Amino acid sequence: MIEFCGIELEHQVINASGCFDVLAARQVFGEALVERFPFAAYVSKTVTLAARAGNPPPRLWESAGGMINSIGLPNPGVEVYLAHHVGEYARLGVPLITNVMGSSAGEFAELVERVAEREEVAAIELNVSCPNVATGLDIGADPRGLRDLLAVVRPLTRKPLIVKLTPNTADVAACAAAAEAGGADAVSLINTLRAMSLAPGGHGRPWLGGRTGGLSGPAIRAIALAQVASVAARVAVPVVGMGGVSSGADAAELLEVGARLVAVGSESFRDPAAGSRVAAELAAHFAENAA
Amino acid sequence: MTTPFGRRVSAVLSRRLVGRYVVLGIGEEAAVAEPGQFYMLAAVAGWGGGVDERPYLPRAVSVLYARDGEVGFLLEDVGPGTHRLCGLGVGEDVYLVGPLGQGFTPPPPGIEAILVGGGVGIPPLAMFQDRCGGQALLGFRTSEHAEAASLFAAPELATDDGSAGHQGHVTDLLDDLLETRQDIVVFACGPPAMLQAVQSRVARHQVPAQLALEAPMACGYGACFGCVVDTVAGYKRVCVDGPVFDAAVLV
Repeated sequence: MIEFCGIELEHQVINASGCFDVLAARQVFGEALVERFPFAAYVSKTVTLAARAGNPPPRLWESAGGMINSIGLPNPGVEVYLAHHVGEYARLGVPLITNVMGSSAGEFAELVERVAEREEVAAIELNVSCPNVATGLDIGADPRGLRDLLAVVRPLTRKPLIVKLTPNTADVAACAAAAEAGGADAVSLINTLRAMSLAPGGHGRPWLGGRTGGLSGPAIRAIALAQVASVAARVAVPVVGMGGVSSGADAAELLEVGARLVAVGSESFRDPAAGSRVAAELAAHFAENAA
Repeated sequence: MTTPFGRRVSAVLSRRLVGRYVVLGIGEEAAVAEPGQFYMLAAVAGWGGGVDERPYLPRAVSVLYARDGEVGFLLEDVGPGTHRLCGLGVGEDVYLVGPLGQGFTPPPPGIEAILVGGGVGIPPLAMFQDRCGGQALLGFRTSEHAEAASLFAAPELATDDGSAGHQGHVTDLLDDLLETRQDIVVFACGPPAMLQAVQSRVARHQVPAQLALEAPMACGYGACFGCVVDTVAGYKRVCVDGPVFDAAVLV
């Protein structure tokens, strides 16, 4: 058993938000998904106050050793999430971490209050990779923005708050320190790196419907390792490390530089049961090293 | 019918050339796919690590046949993923996730199925004809590509260069048929321009149609939301809500 913010977890591998849709996967794979759920906790896709349709297609681009997505956080909004999704997720038998995103501290506050009412929710992850409607800057790219956000939302709940840090910032460790100072119980990183691809023969026209997107996959693993190491060296709260993990060996490296948990993202697209495989490889890795 | 959870490793059992295409047969104990369904395929070896580290994601490929412990796919070498899959030999291992997606719904008794296919989009239609019958209208670039028409019974042909069958588009053949027939359902799969042409024609003639779409996918099982298509009910995922859609719902 692994302890994380007072939550007991079976192992150290969870999913990255947005990379696993339990409702769709249940329809496709049936009860086997529940019986062999790959992750020690389920992190929901980002929930916003109002429903979002997401970005216009095309939304994907395969890049060198990874992919760029501009999905645009489609979700049915917090009302539908609470009414129809939370109950389904609770059936998985693993702790539920709800990821929320607002474009102002006020929106975050409303989301946190609503979500925190539900006992099925073990922890709340704040997706701060969103432009502040007032300043246009990503809330999470600026330590002051993070401090201001935490000052508003921290008093609203006793549930663990995890800040999902953006890598698209000058000093990710300073952002992590601001989140910790503001009362965050944990930080998670890295989110995708802002990236772009051009339409073939398009003379500079972006391929993705959202113009830019987020780069993920093995292409970003070395960057994730550096950022997780710098954050883990700076803060005392637990760190969830992610970015390009596709094997137990990759996961072990993030743990070795100070992560408490590891999240699997894009690898689940290549293998729906990747979380189980990474966890098993990680266990074998530790058994080997202990011997 | 649910799909086995997780990706499985299976070996290539057969490989043959059909014109400009490769037909791969891959071992699959319970080969239960329906026409219009697909698998996510990736080679176990040599997937990634090439000149530009592609392919990385598995490729969504329509099922051509599913029988006797084997599932078959028609492939054309058009990019790093299909290049690697086309180069697979008998005995080499493949990662499989599938069968996935919603396939074709057969027409009610007394209604004839008209199967309109273009290029490498023909597999769902060949599988459909094998199980449910129907008149196939097929379009290809050249006579060499059109050798894949051998996967059908009594197809009518069109080629871009006129080297086999009618010179022109497959939708020319559909036009002729729509002039005289209303008691039909159109099933179509092919390039986007062909599907759009089919969609506008069936709408004009008020004939129902089911279109099998193709979209780049990361996962194939509804996780990534990368493959959406615009419909009258908003964005829908091609992988789990399709790949077969009623032509009337597509925007």
